[in-house]
Amino acid sequence: MIKVSGLRKSYGSIDALRGIDLNVRMGEFLTLFGPNGAGKTTLLKILSTIIAPTSGSVIIGGLDLKKANYEIRKNIGVISHKTFLYGDLSAMENLIFYAKMYDVPNPKARAAELIREVGLRGREDHQVRTFSRGMEQRLSIARALIHDPSIIYLDEPYSGLDQHAALMLGNLLKKLHTQTRTIIMTTHNITHGLEISDRIVIQISGKIVYEGETKDHTVKSFEKVYFEKVGKRD
Amino acid sequence: MAYFSKVLHICMKDLKVEVRSKERIYSMMVFSLLVMVIFNFAFDPGAEYIREVAPGILWVALIFSATLGLNKTFAAEIDQDCLQGLMLSPMDRTGIYFGKVISNILFSLIISLLTLPFFAVFFNIPLLDVLPQLVLVISLTIIGFISVGTLFSAISVSVKGGDMMLPLLLFPIEVPVIIAAVKATGMILDGAPMMDYSMWLKVLTLFDVIFVMIAFVTFEYLIEE
Repeated sequence: MIKVSGLRKSYGSIDALRGIDLNVRMGEFLTLFGPNGAGKTTLLKILSTIIAPTSGSVIIGGLDLKKANYEIRKNIGVISHKTFLYGDLSAMENLIFYAKMYDVPNPKARAAELIREVGLRGREDHQVRTFSRGMEQRLSIARALIHDPSIIYLDEPYSGLDQHAALMLGNLLKKLHTQTRTIIMTTHNITHGLEISDRIVIQISGKIVYEGETKDHTVKSFEKVYFEKVGKRD
Repeated sequence: MAYFSKVLHICMKDLKVEVRSKERIYSMMVFSLLVMVIFNFAFDPGAEYIREVAPGILWVALIFSATLGLNKTFAAEIDQDCLQGLMLSPMDRTGIYFGKVISNILFSLIISLLTLPFFAVFFNIPLLDVLPQLVLVISLTIIGFISVGTLFSAISVSVKGGDMMLPLLLFPIEVPVIIAAVKATGMILDGAPMMDYSMWLKVLTLFDVIFVMIAFVTFEYLIEE
């Protein structure tokens, strides 16, 4: 589904990515761990066509990212710690706007359906600026799902959420994890990351240093691997 | 067709956000009126020379208030990374630029039309007879100013001190447009026939075309990180 080969990204003399090779199967949930500055967000931004790589190739669903980024964007949904939502618009207006941007048929009905799914019924006409962080993040999930994408990228989605909101987000992510939907998530939180993923990857200083199956790990055993790898870097 | 409808969605979204927040329109209007009031105190409205300085006064108000609006163009998009949300949409990214340009032109035209009656009253200049010609010059100037201004606003919004950087980048490039606007406005207020200032209209149109084309070609590269 997603095939990354020799991916590099440099900002002047700084190498954010130093040759990433990664394969993600269709329907797989992959969690990307790594310390700050590892290049996780840069990798997701390249995969979502926001920034162009310096070199290397990315094939998504058989399409080359460099040649068909317009087509690829139709199948991508991104959830970040920032919501991509307009505070002065209501929840419904935000979703309808994004539905129109993705040519979704019957935007109003689709927006209403997603508002129900993320548990925001009754708040659809309220301005987003009045929402709590947890509600914003749920609406952000609805925004990312508006066009029913087959690939979802989650960049630190738990950032700034309290325990209750994090639990709700975890439950929503479990629902998103279907056999036809590929998900890549970056997080610092090992418990959350292991809870829902199929495969785990550690990225440090722009390189992937570890890949493994989630079922082979407990939180403790993975913590040991993680700190060993991060420690080696230091 | 889908491209144009998305441009329209972005423009309508901007208008809706502005109707709710009134952030841009209020600051632009207040600034424009303040310029009128201050120059009204500085110059005697009945004086002979007022017709010579009036075009300059009008364009100081309109251009600087438009700059205020431009500074806020991408502010709402940066707050929650909404620009990234727009960039993820399956459309040619120049659509974001054109959506913003159209909404900015509308805001600036509204402010210009609201400023004109105050200009007429404060400086005792009858505008009714020359209103269509004046609106034509204002429209052409605003298109040229906003087309480059929106491009630079996308660059300056994520830079520290971007509010100050925008006019510094923008004004040197806009000098020909501003000169043409002031000259054409002066001639219109003097009651000159269109033939006399048609050269300035051509200059404005030429710069509009050049600026829009340059922005169209460069926008996608400029907004990419």
